[in-house]
Amino acid sequence: MINLSINGSTQSLGDIDPETPLLWALRDTLGLVGTKYGCGIAQCGACTVHLNGVPVRACQLQVGSLEGQDITTIEGVANEDGTLHVLQEAWIEHDVPQCGYCQAGQIMSAAALLAANTKPNDDDIDAAMAGNICRCGTYTRIVEAIHTAAGKLDQGGTA
Amino acid sequence: MNNLQNGYNDPLDAFEPKEASQLSRREFIKLSGMGAGLALAFVSVPFSKSATAATEGREFNLFVQIDPDGVIRIYSPNPEVGQGIKTALPMVVAEELDANWDDVVIENSPVSDEYGRQRAGGSRSVPTRWEELRAAGAGVRAMLIEAAAGQWGVPSSEVTTNQSMLIHAASDRRTSYGEVANLASELNPPMVDSLTFKAPDEYRILGTRITGTDNMALVTGKPIFGIDLQLPNMLYATYTKCPKIGGRVLKANLDEIKALPGIVTAFVVEGTVGVTRFDPAGVSVAPGVAIVAESTWQNFKARESLKIEWDTGEASKDTWGDYVEAAVDLRGKEGSTVLADQGNASQVINDATTKVSSQYGFGFVSHAQLEPQSCVAHWQENMMEVWSTSQTQSSVRDSVSALLDMPKGNVIAHQLRGGGGFGRRLDNDYIREAVLIAQRVDAPVKLQWSREDDMAFDFFRIGGFYNMQASVDENGKLNAWNSHAISLSADGEKPNSGAGLRPMDFPGELLEHFKHTQTLLPSKTPTGPWRAPSSNSYAFVEQSFMHELSVAAKRDHLEFLVESMGEPRWFREGDEFSLNTERAVSVIKTVAERAGWGAEQPEGRALGLSFYFCHAGYVAEVADVSVDKDKKITVNKVWLVADVGQIVNLSSAENQCQGGVIDGISTVMGLEITMTDGRVDQTNFDQYPLLRISSRPEIDVHFLNSGYSPTGLGEPAFPPLAAAVCNAIYTATGDRIRELPIRKSGYTI
Repeated sequence: MINLSINGSTQSLGDIDPETPLLWALRDTLGLVGTKYGCGIAQCGACTVHLNGVPVRACQLQVGSLEGQDITTIEGVANEDGTLHVLQEAWIEHDVPQCGYCQAGQIMSAAALLAANTKPNDDDIDAAMAGNICRCGTYTRIVEAIHTAAGKLDQGGTA
Repeated sequence: MNNLQNGYNDPLDAFEPKEASQLSRREFIKLSGMGAGLALAFVSVPFSKSATAATEGREFNLFVQIDPDGVIRIYSPNPEVGQGIKTALPMVVAEELDANWDDVVIENSPVSDEYGRQRAGGSRSVPTRWEELRAAGAGVRAMLIEAAAGQWGVPSSEVTTNQSMLIHAASDRRTSYGEVANLASELNPPMVDSLTFKAPDEYRILGTRITGTDNMALVTGKPIFGIDLQLPNMLYATYTKCPKIGGRVLKANLDEIKALPGIVTAFVVEGTVGVTRFDPAGVSVAPGVAIVAESTWQNFKARESLKIEWDTGEASKDTWGDYVEAAVDLRGKEGSTVLADQGNASQVINDATTKVSSQYGFGFVSHAQLEPQSCVAHWQENMMEVWSTSQTQSSVRDSVSALLDMPKGNVIAHQLRGGGGFGRRLDNDYIREAVLIAQRVDAPVKLQWSREDDMAFDFFRIGGFYNMQASVDENGKLNAWNSHAISLSADGEKPNSGAGLRPMDFPGELLEHFKHTQTLLPSKTPTGPWRAPSSNSYAFVEQSFMHELSVAAKRDHLEFLVESMGEPRWFREGDEFSLNTERAVSVIKTVAERAGWGAEQPEGRALGLSFYFCHAGYVAEVADVSVDKDKKITVNKVWLVADVGQIVNLSSAENQCQGGVIDGISTVMGLEITMTDGRVDQTNFDQYPLLRISSRPEIDVHFLNSGYSPTGLGEPAFPPLAAAVCNAIYTATGDRIRELPIRKSGYTI
């Protein structure tokens, strides 16, 4: 019996194989399908989640190693009062997505960046987002949206 | 003689008639009442609020329903794979309905013959739906006006609308669309001839920036993609095919697999053919082994223990390096098959003082849409129900019913958002695999391809080569052109899908002396349409070669390119697929002006120009590129000017252009699929380096409003980029890139 702390609550995974990657436990077992499967080898970043606040690839983490640690997924990244994270707002404002498949992972990487650096420059953004592929090519808008979100944080927004 | 039309033979073309495929507007209005069958179809659409809404709201036609509380539901008919169509098509309806966009809720429409062409291909969704959707909106508006006028006892001509409100100015009365919806929906639909349409300067919605209708769901991680669908008791399947494309299963260790944890069953699927060919409505299924499990991971893990013995007698033996060698042997030669020959191109070029002869080549590429293929299929009581991300939804039921040899009425299809398409989801191969598996399982089953499956079993963008020869006259003006396409073919008669040169106005119809020949090399590797089929590679060849010619002629590239278009004219007046040189010259000159063409550049830095006309869209691009001494490339900025007629959603249109540029740089720099003895060499993104965020250029997108009706933007922004970058590299370094991807010439980005 494996229990994980996901988005602030304890979730039971039953008698799951402890080698199961977090990605598939989230998607198939818990129905948290916002975390995406893209490559399975930590190349695309579509499965990015936070492990104790650090962005990681859920396809590479075995659930058996995660008990007692805090996991945040795209479904839990909004503010506690239910309002959107400034990044989620900025993503809608800039109409970032094309197909949208990578965007949950992009937002998770960006959220970790803003949590550590509220005024990132373009180089900071490039470094933080290097592990996330957007096949459709929305990079220009991703950078603009991160700057907009950072600006909102500067004016008292929450992340 | 000009047989270029015959040289182009792509199955997708059969689905893309040059005439708008919708019913005439008069027929449309007559047929557009919603029947009970359609309402029932809503009930089983997952993630949809329509199940309840359909009973409360008032249905006006296939596209519009108005609820009593004023919510306007617009059903978006075509597949969404990232091109923004789910938002764009309802904008057209809402505009002519004069709706307040805040009142609009967008739903996927059911997959039904009533909706006609439910496809995402050829950048045709907007142009083929345009008249139909305008009529759908204007028709409902007319009914609402008539209802309000009747209620108020005033002539319809005195009632106006303004953003979901009906107004009788003389008596200062107002009512909302929601309030008269019941009454209005009982009226007879108007004839199309009687409808009034807005003039473009009256538009409030079209041409503005509207954020994608699914964006909230996307940024909060809601289940919205095909891969996200979960049904009660659903099982998870994989399907393993022969790595040497076209091999058949001899035997497999099925009993061993079935004994593994979580495995429900495993079996061999004979398949219908060895090597599949692109055919969306076809029935081909490659042989393989299906594993069905209780979870995706248990399936993936069991699959690692799967041992299959293959019969590869009829499998592909293609090796990319063999084609490269064959092309080298053909350098400088004409092809044996003459597809077009006007004037005396060979002789003119031979006699010319200034001429250029070059060979260009480009490799295969993968679609690499980020969401690997998946499909949920459920077989019960002789009915097959499928949920998919197909780009050819209207072919899914044809394909499945033909494969299963049962009436089309026994197949129910649902469309779900696709995580990227680029043409990969045009074929329904993975759906056919899913239904054959589902027939043998007593539960809904989701077939999940791994990334490795996706990369190995694509309908690839075909690779190929061109021998290019041309000359300029004593004034430095292009005067003769002789091109030789070296393509790959499965049947020895026509090039495989994606290789055929479209019948080009440029430069064939511009020149007295023009010849085009072809050589076909045998190949079994499956290929298919990839974003801007044939244009995606030929534009690189043609527009690089035009630059070569301008250099040989000692002419400014801009001046040379504009001059080659000749007098302003539209070759076949009224045919949107025919080149209009006035529109071409406009985008070329505008992009040059915006980019500051002609300004002095520092050493190692230059501008490159390119233009291409395809999918009825005119796009010119200038790339500002720096190359350092270690051959590291930086694309500093790209300017893009497009004339695609009326812009529907400005935000989405810009996004498609920005994406076309970035996809262009990604593909031209680093992407290539190769095969060795029938097996694809690349397996995942570690060997297929899609562009990362740090390599993005600044992008300036500008649209010319030429007053023409709109065409799609999913494709035409892509083709010009490659030559723009390569021409800039030449000007900066003197190194002419004639082989893609560029990294093969030692460059990095």
